[in-house]
Amino acid sequence: MTKTAFQSKRSKDNATGYILIAPWLIGFFLMFLVPMVMSLYLSFTNYTMLNVPKWIGLKNYSRMLTDKDFWQSLKVTFSYTFILVPLRLAFALIVAMILNTKHKGIGVYRAVYYIPSIIGGSIAVSIIWKEIFGNNGVLMSLLGAFGIHQKVSVLGNPHTAIWAIISLGVWQFGSSMLIFLAALKQIPATYYEAARIDGAGSFCIFRKITLPMITPVIFFNLVLQLINGFKVFTEGYIITDGGPMNSTLFYVLNLYRRAFTYFDMGYSCALAWILILIMGIFTAVLFKTQDSWVYYEKK
Amino acid sequence: MSSSVKKRLRSVRFHFLTILLGLIMIYPLVWLLMSSFKSNRTMFQNTFSLWPTEWDILKNYQSGWSGVSGIPFGKFILNTLIVDLIGTAGCVVFSVMAAYAFARIQFVGRKFWFTCCIITMLIPSQVMVVPQYIIFKKMGLINTLISLALPWFFGTAFFVFLIMQFIRGLPIELDEAAEIDGCSRIGIFFRIIFPLTSPAIVTSTIFSFYWIWQDFFQPLVFMSKPQLYTVSLALNLFLDPNSLNNYGGLFAMSIISLIPVIAIFLIFQKYLVEGIATTGMKN
Repeated sequence: MTKTAFQSKRSKDNATGYILIAPWLIGFFLMFLVPMVMSLYLSFTNYTMLNVPKWIGLKNYSRMLTDKDFWQSLKVTFSYTFILVPLRLAFALIVAMILNTKHKGIGVYRAVYYIPSIIGGSIAVSIIWKEIFGNNGVLMSLLGAFGIHQKVSVLGNPHTAIWAIISLGVWQFGSSMLIFLAALKQIPATYYEAARIDGAGSFCIFRKITLPMITPVIFFNLVLQLINGFKVFTEGYIITDGGPMNSTLFYVLNLYRRAFTYFDMGYSCALAWILILIMGIFTAVLFKTQDSWVYYEKK
Repeated sequence: MSSSVKKRLRSVRFHFLTILLGLIMIYPLVWLLMSSFKSNRTMFQNTFSLWPTEWDILKNYQSGWSGVSGIPFGKFILNTLIVDLIGTAGCVVFSVMAAYAFARIQFVGRKFWFTCCIITMLIPSQVMVVPQYIIFKKMGLINTLISLALPWFFGTAFFVFLIMQFIRGLPIELDEAAEIDGCSRIGIFFRIIFPLTSPAIVTSTIFSFYWIWQDFFQPLVFMSKPQLYTVSLALNLFLDPNSLNNYGGLFAMSIISLIPVIAIFLIFQKYLVEGIATTGMKN
């Protein structure tokens, strides 16, 4: 009796489970799995949308080795990500620590610092940055008011254009800050008291208590931000259109152009798979190293 | 006495720093707002100054609202709203359903499908756009608003994960008590889980609304008819170097595009701040 009741509950659970995930499953197949398999297949073909995909083996991948735009986009995306992520996280942590005190108005400050994060991806913000750092922009006119007349704006100079886009990324430190703030609040006050009684200084406390206690959150932020960094597109498209001299040609921007300017669909699918591979490697390496530096408190 | 003076000083220093940083943070937005009040003629004189030398509020907003390529701006907003409402409705409802199943129901294959779900979170949508474009093209969905809502409609791994974490935080005894009282799984879902997870659902709804509202990449790929453009694409159309002379209109409509986002933030601040904070905690 109990056994059959158990069995019927089991099969009922199976049915309910699959009914509940059914819509997500449809989306998973239609919007994820089928496109992924298709993309993998197309990456081995020559396909322009007008012809029948023609199998060319690994040629798309070997073509990358000599493709200047590919290497340039890789270089740009790497420098963007590896400069932006540490800067943004350091900034987020410092501000979170400043806000993790007992003062009036913390809630207001927190909200103001967070607003750029929610609108950062919008076209409007990219337009602002274009006008701040471009010709006739805010920066040029400000420098001009001080008698410094530059010939080329930040966005016009291939050495500095990427920094304008990085600054836009740092400006959006808000969501990382909120995650850090929540983590800082969870550190028991007794730890700090004990350290103070033992005569530890502020920097020592930061290094020996605060930092180790928030390593799980640093790790989480790091994974999230790295993935986000590799995905950057809108900023490069709107603010600089990849220029000047391809100095802001981000990986996804290059992929987009290959696909929708040149209709080189097979090649752009190969580019997509290399991006997935790179992101996979970085995530895997981060997860591998986590034992050596991420501290999970045992409950 | 001296310790209270010290405390005062520290508080002054704190507020000085935080207000200064706050001003830097909002300067770009205030600049955009004030520039949308400036006349086109004086737009780029002393660009850094916030105060307009010549005001042209009405003209800027009217000319911006009258749109681009003969299409009024209201049409772009309507397009975006349609996509956003359909996409968000599906995304949130289906994410909650999947989250409940993954969190509470022991069905065969649960672990496997959950792993699949997490994998989709790590793969950026940008790399899927090419095959999606080809599929949509074959199905005749290019240049339809449906093509913009579809990628969101079936739920998103991030929300499944967020809501699942929330459900896991609820005591399982609630489910068990309800089950003993003769409540079915579906009954438990609607009567217990759904109301109790409302903070996570509100957070997901707002984020979904934001992401679709501001999405640029997918519309850029899937849309080529200006009548079907979303707000992001319309602003991009304003930027076209061949026709860009109405900066006032561009800035005015940029402001309009940000208003819903910031208004929702101000109303639901609490949910967003807490929602983001918890995503980092229990992984």
